[in-house]
Amino acid sequence: MEPTSPPADGGGAAPAAESRSELVLHVNDVAYTVTVDHRTTVLDLLREHFGLTGAKKGCDHGQCGACTVLVDGRRANSCLLLAVAQDGRRLTTVEGLAEGERLHPLQEAFLDRDAFQCGYCTPGQLCSAAGVLAEAADGFPSHVTPATADPTAPVALTADEIRERMSGNLCRCGAYPRIVEAVADAGARPGGTARSAGQEVAR
Amino acid sequence: MKPFGYLRATSVEEAVRAAAGRPGARFLGGGTNLVDLMKLGVEAPPLLIDVTRLPLADIEELPDGGLRIGAMVRNSDLAAAVAVRERYPVLSQALLAGASGQLRNTATTGGNLLQRTRCLYFQDTTKPCNKRSPGTGCPARDGVHRDLAVLGHSAHCVATQPSDLAVALAALDAEVQLHGPDGERTVAVTDFHRLPGDRPEQDTVIRPGELLTAVRLPPAAPGARSRYRKARDRASFAFALASVAAVLEVRDGVVGRAALAFGGLAHRPWRARAAEEVLHGAPATEDTFARAADAELAAARPLRDNAFKVELARNLAVSVLTGLASPAADR
Ligand SMILES: Cc1cc2nc3c(=O)[nH]c(=O)nc-3n(C[C@H](O)[C@H](O)[C@H](O)COP(=O)(O)OP(=O)(O)OC[C@H]3O[C@@H](n4cnc5c(N)ncnc54)[C@H](O)[C@@H]3O)c2cc1C
Ligand code: SF4
Ligand code: FES
Ligand code: FES
Repeated sequence: MEPTSPPADGGGAAPAAESRSELVLHVNDVAYTVTVDHRTTVLDLLREHFGLTGAKKGCDHGQCGACTVLVDGRRANSCLLLAVAQDGRRLTTVEGLAEGERLHPLQEAFLDRDAFQCGYCTPGQLCSAAGVLAEAADGFPSHVTPATADPTAPVALTADEIRERMSGNLCRCGAYPRIVEAVADAGARPGGTARSAGQEVAR
Repeated sequence: MKPFGYLRATSVEEAVRAAAGRPGARFLGGGTNLVDLMKLGVEAPPLLIDVTRLPLADIEELPDGGLRIGAMVRNSDLAAAVAVRERYPVLSQALLAGASGQLRNTATTGGNLLQRTRCLYFQDTTKPCNKRSPGTGCPARDGVHRDLAVLGHSAHCVATQPSDLAVALAALDAEVQLHGPDGERTVAVTDFHRLPGDRPEQDTVIRPGELLTAVRLPPAAPGARSRYRKARDRASFAFALASVAAVLEVRDGVVGRAALAFGGLAHRPWRARAAEEVLHGAPATEDTFARAADAELAAARPLRDNAFKVELARNLAVSVLTGLASPAADR
């Protein structure tokens, strides 16, 4: 697949044969073999090749979180990931959060709390929140976790914790208060964390 | 973006050999800075050497009681590591004060230390910039420089080094291990980043083709407490206007060991040796801490719009040291 934005300069800094590679990606639990131009980001590949347009291109520079997906169960900005570097990885997008007709607890909570207005940031908020639930369950600290917290225990998701952990996801509509409530709801639900956790994180 | 080749290195030797064979090649860590700069046209490497699958993703105990952090350890894993949280809290806090959860999951230890400045002109290829295009000038000096340096800058460049991690490592007397075509060497973190002088294009002392393989931490000072604090334009997800990393040991009301480093003020993490001289052996009082901070910041040469950073850094240092000196009153 070609990059969505044409290169500013077609002048081959690298020979064509050297500028594409074949790789295997597991997208929402299905394995695909694709050949990509090395310049292709995961975000462009998902949207243009797989037709998975949930992940959004807000800034394309890691600043807004609209493109957030899970890579091997951990949240990342897909606009800054080169597809070629993800060979063998498992990608989960917002389209892969639900199980059939059964919505992910976070999706339920966002609906219950009306945690969006235009919805542009929502897929990124959902994937990021899925990462947050897993990270908190695994005891990952945040900037606001007290220094005295037990480093091996799960972190309780207070509103402060959620605001800090979700700070990489901007919302131009300012739906923040309800997003915080929705994430707190999902975190409090049994099983709210398990599905997104993906692989155990070695520490 | 210009087309480029891609190589997934399976050994350090292979990565270093590939870099030596292709001038302009870049190592790819998490890519959160490099890919961004490639999109902006600031970087256009002919070859990316992906080093993320190298066996350098572990945190190991050293026989002397220190830690060896592999260069591919992700920022979030390093911040969460129990050994780091318990023995080097300043390091965990510095990482968690930087970027976002998504970025920290992707960013590597090596890439974080080698991230480029956030100076706006550096990132804009339509503007002159001595760091990006040597000899073209420094528009930031008389332009937009609110975020930029107050210490150690030159007529050629007033950029700041943006890494929070580097500031904590400077205060902890950490070392980086480098592996290049001529073999391995070790450099103190305080000597790793350079001042701009007349060669601002060179951020660090790393040589072409050298791979950062690990960071080594000496044993944590017994009885000392440590803390990172960062001032920024919003409560989260912003680069430092000023930051402080401090390690402090107080015995019977007197300062024993003290290490202080500032971030956001210079082209490198600023180890505050003059402040430390004032601190050593002095009574652990707010007055001492203020004198120490003033002794260091007397060297500041603020630009038109960033004098506020000097006072900000001073206040941060005094409050962090005061907090460290009085555990009971501290949160
Ligand atoms: C929106 C945004 C906000 C941010 N906020 C902060 C912040 O508040 N504080 C902060 O500290 N950082 C912040 N960052 C920067 C972020 O921390 C860095 O981008 C990240 O740490 C770089 O790590 P990486 O592994 O992705 O590096 P890469 O992008 O892969 O590499 C960076 C550079 O280092 C080189 N390199 C990588 N690994 C090695 C190695 N092992 N040996 C030799 N060279 C190597 C690369 O060739 C490249 O030149 C922010 C970034 C973004 C996009
Ligand atoms: S401060 Fe440095 S990086 Fe910024 S424009 Fe001047 S030379 Fe370039
Ligand atoms: S589009 Fe990726 S962070 Fe904004
Ligand atoms: S709901 Fe509109 S940007 Fe968040």
